[in-house]
Amino acid sequence: MKINHELCDICGTCVAVCPADAIIVSEYKVEIDNHICTNCLNCLKVCPIKAIREG
Amino acid sequence: MIKDRYDVVVVGAGPAGSVAARFAAVEGATVLMLERDREPGIPVRCAEGVSHNGIEPFIDIDKRWIASQIDIAKLTSPNGESAFMHNNGVGYVLERRIFDTALCELAAEKGVQLITKANVVGLIKKNDKIRGVKFRYMGETKEVECDLVIAADGTESRVGRWAGIKTAVSLRDIDTCVQYTLAGLDLKRNTCEFYFGNEVSPGGYIWIFPKSDKTANVGIGIAGHLSHKKGPKEYLDEFVNKRFPNATITYTVYGSVPTSATLKDIVKDNIMLVGDAARQVNPITGGGVVQVMVAARIAGRVAAEAVKKGSFQAKFLKKYRREWDKTLGNTQKVMHSMKEKFLFMTDERFNNLVKFCQKIPAEKFSLKALFTEAVKGDPKLMLDVAKSFVVSKMKLK
Ligand SMILES: Cc1cc2nc3c(=O)[nH]c(=O)nc-3n(C[C@H](O)[C@H](O)[C@H](O)COP(=O)(O)OP(=O)(O)OC[C@H]3O[C@@H](n4cnc5c(N)ncnc54)[C@H](O)[C@@H]3O)c2cc1C
Repeated sequence: MKINHELCDICGTCVAVCPADAIIVSEYKVEIDNHICTNCLNCLKVCPIKAIREG
Repeated sequence: MIKDRYDVVVVGAGPAGSVAARFAAVEGATVLMLERDREPGIPVRCAEGVSHNGIEPFIDIDKRWIASQIDIAKLTSPNGESAFMHNNGVGYVLERRIFDTALCELAAEKGVQLITKANVVGLIKKNDKIRGVKFRYMGETKEVECDLVIAADGTESRVGRWAGIKTAVSLRDIDTCVQYTLAGLDLKRNTCEFYFGNEVSPGGYIWIFPKSDKTANVGIGIAGHLSHKKGPKEYLDEFVNKRFPNATITYTVYGSVPTSATLKDIVKDNIMLVGDAARQVNPITGGGVVQVMVAARIAGRVAAEAVKKGSFQAKFLKKYRREWDKTLGNTQKVMHSMKEKFLFMTDERFNNLVKFCQKIPAEKFSLKALFTEAVKGDPKLMLDVAKSFVVSKMKLK
């Protein structure tokens, strides 16, 4: 999963639906740990600004 | 001065965190509250609508954080027909930025210490027991010990996960949201508006909450499993372009509301979850501010009792769960199964619902009157609603 940081609003919606706890939020940035990610695509589907894509 | 050790550490200084912290401190617990952002309440990811009766038990009403007073709700169905509801009690559109800070000030008055720009990054565990939290502050990783962690870290909560609690919600149990604060409008300041329909806002609604007669929070929440192809921003832009073509956007915010029932586990040894982190929002309206404060008051009191007794086992902390269920948790379960029905509502049904509302004289409006009209007009809909009550009662046992 890849995050477009120019779009991301750091709202944390992706974290709430991640079954793998692969997403980390700080005040400044959201990051996805692709080693833990199970590719379920939940985050990509609910991101309100569509800032997440596969890859 | 920050100490090395507190009875209770609260993560997150939203309404859930600051109310839990206050009620724990009032009863004598030493409490530290850690907030990631530079200021409580910022960014405002909220439409800011609350009821007077809901917030009044928690804070003296103060003009400083009230943008407008709401007396009328206007519902608009997919076919464009509207109904007006008065008599539902006074509501407010808040200034959450000031409101959240005011709640923190109340907590501070009771002895709670708050640190902002403190990002909690992990739990300290000894022999598998939670003993404190780690946080990043001024470029350093710091540690603070405590007997009890209260995780009030919002929808994006991770603290519960670190404690081994399953907090992920399914796509159908999250509303994905976009909101604009618009300027240059011409509005009735005392009227909030709601728009329904599968073309307008699938599995959710669009809201207009006026902050003055020229400005309003205009936003949308749509069900997560229906948002993949066309996202909330596209729906909202269509609406705004039609309804307010000349408006200026002064603020844009994204976010989400959990619309599930409360999590199965909201306590474990040495930890409690509260607020959006515990998924304690009203699943139909998406209103969380009042509900999370109600939960937080219970959590804070139980925390203080735990401190007095020196018992931080889940067995004791479950008192919070029991009292929450009795107060609002069980109702939330019913609301959640009703929401499931709303997710499948056709536009025709929405049209009917607004028609029923129209039949009730505005000043006589009550839920009971609505039910009476609806039973006459759409027995199937009411049967579905009744079923959710039955289903959830069975689940309660
Ligand atoms: C678009 C939208 C509109 C809404 N409209 C309404 C409405 O009109 N009326 C209503 O009643 N409710 C509304 N809600 C819901 C309401 O905003 C929430 O239910 C409420 O804010 C929950 O309070 P909380 O304290 O649990 O969480 P929050 O208010 O989200 O507070 C959590 C806090 O924890 C902090 N935090 C998170 N992680 C960490 C960490 N690791 N370390 C330190 N701090 C951390 C965050 O920065 C945040 O300040 C809306 C929500 C959205 C998204």
